[in-house]
Amino acid sequence: MTHSPYLRESRSVRQIMLQVLLALLPGIVAYVWQFGAGVLIQLLLASTAALAAEAVMLRLRRKPLGLYLGDLSAIVTAWLIALSLPPIGPWWMVVLATLCAIVVAKHLYGGLGQNPFNPAMVAFCVMIVAFPAQMSQWPDAGLDFGQQLELILGGERALDAITAATPLDALRTGLRAGGADAHVAEVLQGPAFGAIGGQGWEWVVAGFAIGGLYLLWQRIISWHLPAAFLLTMALTATLLWGMHPERFASPLLHLATGGTMLAAFFIVTDPVSGSTTPKGKLVFAGGAAFIAYMIRSFGNYPDGIAFAVLLMNICVPLIDMYTQPPVFGHKRGSS
Amino acid sequence: MLQKLFKFHGGVKPDSRKQDSTRQPIRSLPLPSELIVPLHQSIGGTPRPLVRVGDRVLKGERIGAAEGPVSAAVHAPSSGVVRAIEDRTMPHPSGLPASCVVIEADGDDRWIEREPVPWKSMKGDELRDYLRDAGIVGLGGATFPSHVKLRAGAKPTHTLVLNGAECEPFITCDDMLMRERAAEIIRGAGIMAQMLAVERVLIGIEDNKPEALAAMRTAAGDGIEVVAIPTLYPAGGEKQLLRVLTGVEVAAGRRPLEFGLQCFNVGTAYRMARAIDHAEPLISRIVTVAGNVEAPANYEVLIGTPIDTLLAAGRPRPDTDRVLMGGPMMGFALPTTAAPVVKATNCVLAGSPSLLPPPPPEMACIRCGTCADHCPVDLQPFELYWFGRSHNFGKAQEYHLFDCIECGCCSYVCPSNIPLVDYFRFTKSEIWARERDKSAADLARERFEARNERQEREKREKAERLAAKAEATRKKLADSEPVAEVGTASPAEEAKKALIAAALERAKQQKSSVKPRNTDNLSADKQAEIDEIEARRARTGGRSVEPPENS
Ligand code: SF4
Ligand code: SF4
Repeated sequence: MTHSPYLRESRSVRQIMLQVLLALLPGIVAYVWQFGAGVLIQLLLASTAALAAEAVMLRLRRKPLGLYLGDLSAIVTAWLIALSLPPIGPWWMVVLATLCAIVVAKHLYGGLGQNPFNPAMVAFCVMIVAFPAQMSQWPDAGLDFGQQLELILGGERALDAITAATPLDALRTGLRAGGADAHVAEVLQGPAFGAIGGQGWEWVVAGFAIGGLYLLWQRIISWHLPAAFLLTMALTATLLWGMHPERFASPLLHLATGGTMLAAFFIVTDPVSGSTTPKGKLVFAGGAAFIAYMIRSFGNYPDGIAFAVLLMNICVPLIDMYTQPPVFGHKRGSS
Repeated sequence: MLQKLFKFHGGVKPDSRKQDSTRQPIRSLPLPSELIVPLHQSIGGTPRPLVRVGDRVLKGERIGAAEGPVSAAVHAPSSGVVRAIEDRTMPHPSGLPASCVVIEADGDDRWIEREPVPWKSMKGDELRDYLRDAGIVGLGGATFPSHVKLRAGAKPTHTLVLNGAECEPFITCDDMLMRERAAEIIRGAGIMAQMLAVERVLIGIEDNKPEALAAMRTAAGDGIEVVAIPTLYPAGGEKQLLRVLTGVEVAAGRRPLEFGLQCFNVGTAYRMARAIDHAEPLISRIVTVAGNVEAPANYEVLIGTPIDTLLAAGRPRPDTDRVLMGGPMMGFALPTTAAPVVKATNCVLAGSPSLLPPPPPEMACIRCGTCADHCPVDLQPFELYWFGRSHNFGKAQEYHLFDCIECGCCSYVCPSNIPLVDYFRFTKSEIWARERDKSAADLARERFEARNERQEREKREKAERLAAKAEATRKKLADSEPVAEVGTASPAEEAKKALIAAALERAKQQKSSVKPRNTDNLSADKQAEIDEIEARRARTGGRSVEPPENS
């Protein structure tokens, strides 16, 4: 027999995940427009791999298949992976990454709701450590869909001719190559950069931001996470840029480049592996942005968001413990 | 004056569905042939029956007297004959039976003698006793005896709050009462205000009841403010309402009185006025019949009326699959509709699979925090859920499990369809059971220790008695023999010496009589040491002197 409340009015997990997928669409459209349709192949590969892995794991764990497959959480993970990896990466890379996320980071930790680490970010980290070369090949503007497809399916890679670096990567290598005389302004003259951030990336970033605002409006994510992430990123960048404009990129470049927008609205907002209290969310997202910036600017990897998120994932239990909001009647000031 | 309102955290806005049962004025039911009046209808002591089987009772006659400081009397709802005093199933989720006075109504509905109560000239305690004997209890659902709450606390009470929020979907009994009988509610509020000597009276009503608001505003006099509050479940929770109207947060386990506040339901105020002006004890109340019925309405129902009878008046539809007492958010499915209407019954709700659909299958918690966003007590329901599931009861309590008011907001919004409130009820009852077990174990241990101690004491006393006797004998013996040395020693010391000497002597004899032991070949000083110990033992306990008790 069921007990009260006898009424419910909730969005199901499936509905929520559907809305997240919907929110990713503007970014994807911009991505295809700017970088070609290769990313669609990646999305397809990742989704298929995710569903298959999810089904196998659910079967092995004797969970109701229809119920959990239908929750679409695996597809969300798959899409985030596909959007984080280079769109012309070989097919096995995105499949491997997805399997890694679903099997290891999700199900081996107990499945939906139990994973302490963001599955998509686990996959990204494993890939960048294992395949650093393939992970930094982004399509050159001249590449058409056929060529992209060929590359994905394992075509011969005459790398330099067909690939470009991500803006952050270009900035790093530019600064390294220039040695002590290097200047950000000069590097930014390069082909990888557009008006604000990386060439073409402005549009993708805008697409993700639109999707993010939709999620905010739908109250699927709370403002704390994106706000803390973007503000911390901007503030840290402003500080260092203000001190050494020749060595550090402007905050605008950091905001409008790479995965910043994707992270702010779609990655740090993963509820399962993130902090749950309002204050904790500020700390979590702020911390992730700060660490990400540090890795970007001083570390050896082109982008540090994935590592930063995982590091903050570790801290979540502690953050949550120390940021419990006061309970009714126990607030300070009420005696 | 414009009342400044405050907010409480969270809350939900379920469809109120109050229109159907408010189209009709409050109706009455034909007199039922049998009335089942449970003795225990309020928080506190179970009243002691004042009637016996076969007694004739009149309408309003007291049939159960309040027992203990927190208790309220119960009365015959109509005239008739007591047919039985026996256990009947209660309208309670447990479905357990409890003692009821079963009255066969004679149809005359004849009242006892009644006189208006001169409450103004009565002393506080006298008036409170009268209210207790009139069976006045809180009608908002908690059924706490009202007289207990009408005693001023250590601090003066400055504000009396009447709760007319009625935030649960479907329930409209307070709404209709306020529409139709506002004057008497205000009258009751006035009496309460005088008893508590408050400065102001606030009546909070959700703004989805414009008719009730208008009626109450018309009836309200000086010093009484009728305040429209935003419609947001659970604004009718006592502590939530106090928060909205006064900004004060009364923590769990604390009473409004400590903050100079007191709160009553509007229905209680109405019954106060009836009890004072018409000497009418609490023998009926307004009950909403709603949900899957053809004729939803409010009824003035005698306490003890079988719920069947009441429900039939609303004509439930054929697909009714269960009947709730209370609303869909906090009510419960009745184990049987043969149970009677009690003072706590505010609504009888017929449910059907389409009206109250079964929840979709439960999934894993995704820690989305939606439940926490809607909890009016600022709890983190999903944390409590995890702690409860992992039997981490200490943590659950640390995260304020017992502050949970079981309002159901968290279950209402959870995207994973987790019946969170069920988990909380279970965890709470587990913790209670453990504490009961623990205190039972403590009690048993205390008893055991007390018994051991008693036995020890008795043994000791007996030994002392025997020692004293022995001493007396020896003294006599000593007295009868010529004393060789009369030193400075007192007779008592002398006696002790004699005792020791005797003991040593006996010990020696014993030793020589027993078979060789490993003490036989001892060195001289070892032997001396042993002798000394023996002597000391003989001196102190005397136990080795006297033969052991139980042998
Ligand atoms: S609303 Fe449900 S799924 Fe979300 S955190 Fe609360 S219990 Fe978990
Ligand atoms: S039932 Fe308890 S935990 Fe859930 S919303 Fe209500 S008070 Fe909060």
